[in-house]
Amino acid sequence: MISYILRRIAYAFPILIGVNIITFVLFFVVNTPDDMARMQLGMKRVDDAAISKWKEERGYDKPILWNQDAEAIEKITDTIFFQNSVKLFIFDFGRSDSGRDIGYDISQRMWPSLAITVPGLILGLLAYITFGLTLAFFRGSYVDVSGVILCVVMMSISGLFYIIGGQYLIGKFFHLVPISGYDTGFNAIKFTVLPVLVGLVGGIGSSTRWYRTIFLEEMGKDYVRTAKAKGLSETRVLYHHVLMNGLIPILTGVVVILPSLFIGSLIVESFFAIPGLGSYTIDAISAQDFAIVRSMVFLGSVLYIIGLILTDISYTLVDPRVRLN
Amino acid sequence: MTNPIKIINRYIPRLGNFPQLLVCVLLLCTGCDYSPWNNPYPNEDSAKNIYYDSFPERPKHLDPVSSYSANEYVFLGQIYEPPLQYHFLKRPYQLIPLTATELPRARYFNKAGQPLEEDSDPADVYRVKYTISIKPALLYQPHPAFAKNASGKYLYHDLDPQKLENIHALSDFDTVGTRKLLANDYVYQIKRMAHPRVHSPIAGLMRKYILGLDEFAKELSEIEKDDTTSGYIDLNRFELPGARVVDDTTFEITLKQKYPQFIYWLSMSFFAPMPWEADYFYSQEGMTDKNITLDWYPVGTGPFMLSENNPNRRMVLKRNPNFRGEAYPSEGEAGDLESGILEDAGKNMPFIDTAIYSLEKESIPAWNKFLQGYYDTSGIVSDSFDQAVQFNTQGDAELTDEMREKGINLQTAVTTSSYYMGFNMADEVIGGNSERATLLRRAISIAVDYEEYISIFANGRGEPAQGPIPPGIFGNIPGEPGINPYVYEWQGDKAVRRSIEEAKALLVQAGYPNGRNKNTGKQLVLNLDSPAAGPGSKASFDWLRKQYAKLGINLVIRATDYNRFQEKIRKGTAQIFQWGWNADYPDPENFFFLLYGPNAKIDHNGENAANYKNAEFDELFNQMKSMSNSPQRQDVINKMVEILRHDAPWLWGFHPVGFSLHHEWYKNAKPNLMANNTLKYKRIEPRLRTENRTAWNQPIWWPIALVIILLIIMLLPAIISYRRKETESIL
Repeated sequence: MISYILRRIAYAFPILIGVNIITFVLFFVVNTPDDMARMQLGMKRVDDAAISKWKEERGYDKPILWNQDAEAIEKITDTIFFQNSVKLFIFDFGRSDSGRDIGYDISQRMWPSLAITVPGLILGLLAYITFGLTLAFFRGSYVDVSGVILCVVMMSISGLFYIIGGQYLIGKFFHLVPISGYDTGFNAIKFTVLPVLVGLVGGIGSSTRWYRTIFLEEMGKDYVRTAKAKGLSETRVLYHHVLMNGLIPILTGVVVILPSLFIGSLIVESFFAIPGLGSYTIDAISAQDFAIVRSMVFLGSVLYIIGLILTDISYTLVDPRVRLN
Repeated sequence: MTNPIKIINRYIPRLGNFPQLLVCVLLLCTGCDYSPWNNPYPNEDSAKNIYYDSFPERPKHLDPVSSYSANEYVFLGQIYEPPLQYHFLKRPYQLIPLTATELPRARYFNKAGQPLEEDSDPADVYRVKYTISIKPALLYQPHPAFAKNASGKYLYHDLDPQKLENIHALSDFDTVGTRKLLANDYVYQIKRMAHPRVHSPIAGLMRKYILGLDEFAKELSEIEKDDTTSGYIDLNRFELPGARVVDDTTFEITLKQKYPQFIYWLSMSFFAPMPWEADYFYSQEGMTDKNITLDWYPVGTGPFMLSENNPNRRMVLKRNPNFRGEAYPSEGEAGDLESGILEDAGKNMPFIDTAIYSLEKESIPAWNKFLQGYYDTSGIVSDSFDQAVQFNTQGDAELTDEMREKGINLQTAVTTSSYYMGFNMADEVIGGNSERATLLRRAISIAVDYEEYISIFANGRGEPAQGPIPPGIFGNIPGEPGINPYVYEWQGDKAVRRSIEEAKALLVQAGYPNGRNKNTGKQLVLNLDSPAAGPGSKASFDWLRKQYAKLGINLVIRATDYNRFQEKIRKGTAQIFQWGWNADYPDPENFFFLLYGPNAKIDHNGENAANYKNAEFDELFNQMKSMSNSPQRQDVINKMVEILRHDAPWLWGFHPVGFSLHHEWYKNAKPNLMANNTLKYKRIEPRLRTENRTAWNQPIWWPIALVIILLIIMLLPAIISYRRKETESIL
């Protein structure tokens, strides 16, 4: 298994380099270093000298990918791409274009993101599995049909509607929790209730249908029929056999997103004023802060790759038949 | 009738009495009197003298020499104290001393060093001197940069990365100190404008005026090139002829030419004092790596100090314990006494202890929290306008009943801003000074109905512009004498836009009858470049097309991103564009310079985006900018306005009217669009706020009980069905 994991880690490097190149190209197609300088220095009374100086200080005066004027290997190394990318591989994110230490900011902002995403994931799993199992249990009945219709309706509604509706109903009309904001420590709880609830409700439609499908597939298998033939009750079959076997695809699906929980949610954090990494990324895109954008894209890619490796490992843990070779 | 509790107990016997208890608790809760659950602040803060507000965007810079944005001035204005400030109440806007003992007077000298009169010819003026005396014994806020040990040695001026190992924020330094404000701190800050690593946006402008600043900047650049260390340059070692310390409380600024508007800059944070200790402290090795910089932790003498800088969540200003105190103004403009805004006259400021600004990126949550009493003041976004404001039969804005019942008050003020539509004067079709192009622009000026635009897209919050100068700034003439006769005529008691027939007649004279070229017969196609895109802009684009279509002109909207839009403006490839300008200071020069030839964007990368050039206008501009406000200056301004109206390089657009709301517990609210340091005037009545918050935010529990009951009702048939399925026999 160790050699498999090492091989997967080795495969990750070309993927990360590719992601970096795409990020660079996409970013610099839309924003030139001059645009970035203007954004940082302000829109009023900025002269060319200040822009040149700003670019020079941050290395944005170099060519992006290929330095025609340089000698030998420096044609590649003396570029914005190389200078900014190499350190990422040792997780040195450097400084943002506004001068802040990105690594420190990430370490500070991942906690509010996790405060939303972790409870959201746990409560969501509990709720969606329960709903999915219930619908599967009553398959073909009016409970199942009406449940599926409700799921489709809920899937069709924009996530923004749940956010604004949740804020309006629970925060503004019922006065039960703050509409938006964040605090540290235990005080954060009252601010996380609404975004977690909104995320939970917003995901009911699609997730319940997905889990229902998984459980229905399991319920049609031979071992379920055998268990029933042996005289086991529906409940026992459902909870001891169907649920356990259905957990394999669920587990692998969850493990792959676990590392990404750090990244947070872009829209939810913006609407609920949660100072997490999602809003950090959005702010950086708005401010054309390339240093943060490339760091967050890189981090997202790394976490996704870690998630995929963990998924493979989790397969071997939950299904003894699977071997990593 | 079956008791639902019995049904629950029958089918879920393991739950015992829990459902009954839950329902009873929820029902009881509906009748209880609670402190608000939706309070985003700690309950113990409710009675405190705290001001609550929001900010939509994180500030980029808090270094006073770099900051040039209104959302940064909200904080900086309360911390740093330049020599001058604007009077809080008087209108038109009036400069008064802040740390200065009196308003400095410009003294003019010829090349021989002999004094000249104030109204002397600018060409004769060789040097202008401002001598500024500051009040004695003003103290800086507590700060570790000033901390000294018993032997008088600075405690934190020999830091290195090892010593900073356990330091992550300014508050991690155990000891703080202070010292007196010195004249040298102002001189030091002026020198910082030339610092190559600071990037002051006004450095270019000031290098033109302040004696020796240009040479000083070049000298510092050379020093910086050789410097491979932390980057600290001891500016005290260098002499700057244009900024000189006379004694501990007096300094002198020398300009190379006459520039009466310079005095306004002395009220902006660019000219706030900077103690060398702070500059040195933040420049030490390892500080930047810890994000401890002057751009993040300001140090000033003002009434407040930044105690928490977390722009991702909130910014907290606390009362500066070393602040000297300042008296609330005792006089204002007519009507101020009657309005009650002079009730605090003579009282010591600031009135509030703490100001908490929370980040609210989205307008809807911010608005709802204002209505709940969690923000003391708010603007009005378009989505909420109808909920807050209605227009009476006279056309005046007034609050809706819902707002009045809450005791909310409305303040309106015409801003010192202009939103205009510019024509690129370098363009072959729409630009130039030919009769054809001028008539074409004037026809469009009539056709584009800005009164309608204000009504549809700004909820009536705007005043159609008659020229470049907004109301409230010297040079603007209200009423009939001030209308733009090329676009408006005076009817009864108001300016009325000229008819579309007149515009069409002008178009015929221009050679475009019915919007078609009289020679080729082809329809005239014009292009408007806009950085706005997406469905949100469609309505305004459609409206603009309709305005041009009145003349038979086909307007093509070229929507692009802001970067490309700016690039087009810089290169002069845009044909028509919409833009705005917010006044730096209340002087007509700050608007006329946007049309001054030597500021043309294409040739000089200046602020004249329309690339307008008119020799007569430029000459008058040079004359006007050196004059003090007087009837003679007004005459010159009138001539300049007439030239602009005739040439029509802009559609003058409109001046937005700012609407702001505040709760009844928020006192001393008067819009001041020039002053940045207004927090010290604000007063809060926390007791009234707490009462209202509690009354407005009682938690409503019944929906939770309803949801639970609904869930039970939905589950019951399923449970029944389940039990039936479990107990049914196969045969």
